[in-house]
Amino acid sequence: MGINQFLILSAFLFCVGIYGVLARRNGVLVLMSVELMLNAVNINLIAFSAFGREAAGQVFALFVITIAAAEVGVGLAIVLLIYRNLHSPDLDELDQLKG
Amino acid sequence: MWEQQVAFWIIAVAMGAAAIGVVRTSNVVHAALYLVVVLAGAAAQYILLAAEFVAWVQVLIYIGAVVILFLFGIMLTRAPMRGEGRRLDNDQRWGAAVVALFVFGVIVAMLVDAFGGDEIRFGSELVAQGRTSNIGSDLFREFLVPFEVVSMLLLAALIGAIVLARRD
Repeated sequence: MGINQFLILSAFLFCVGIYGVLARRNGVLVLMSVELMLNAVNINLIAFSAFGREAAGQVFALFVITIAAAEVGVGLAIVLLIYRNLHSPDLDELDQLKG
Repeated sequence: MWEQQVAFWIIAVAMGAAAIGVVRTSNVVHAALYLVVVLAGAAAQYILLAAEFVAWVQVLIYIGAVVILFLFGIMLTRAPMRGEGRRLDNDQRWGAAVVALFVFGVIVAMLVDAFGGDEIRFGSELVAQGRTSNIGSDLFREFLVPFEVVSMLLLAALIGAIVLARRD
């Protein structure tokens, strides 16, 4: 199998994630799109790990998974706080710096 | 070899369709379920690439924990369940589509240029590399310090999430 097919699949997922981050208003959906982008990176890491016969790629994929879990925890706490203050989870209503 | 190709393309098409579902559906719960399909497909691709440990970590952490967190987030923010599709998207959809297509085109052109004919060599050596014992000894020999730093980061994220979400 060529390595390119994995890399192009991952590029597709990354670009769908970019579209989601830019086009969605709901904070939870923006975080889901960020997860799509992080997964694309993981597929890249695993594909290069198999291509270069280097297990470090898999270890880094594990680190990315851990950090993604931490990011979702903090991100959802922030979205919850936005919902509590503005009574809406929509990110484009956050248009002033003072509370 | 052709079985791997068939498996790859079936999983890849399912992942692509589900990824578009995540960013296009008008129901937030459906978006979370489409995300499960994408994450499970990624785990299947890891198994195709002989990375069994990472594949099971992906299933446990992403599908088991992260998606549950998303469902809790949807429940607590009372997201609209159906109809009202326009409320979930903002007015930049066409601009976002142009940006995404442009980035995709640039990345694909670069990949075809750089890795056009490169093949992954499969075999027992690759399977041995992905084995859990091998990953574990790599993690605790060469990457011990990053591993400990990540555990501190998780602790900090845990405390941060509690401080942010607490009512007082």
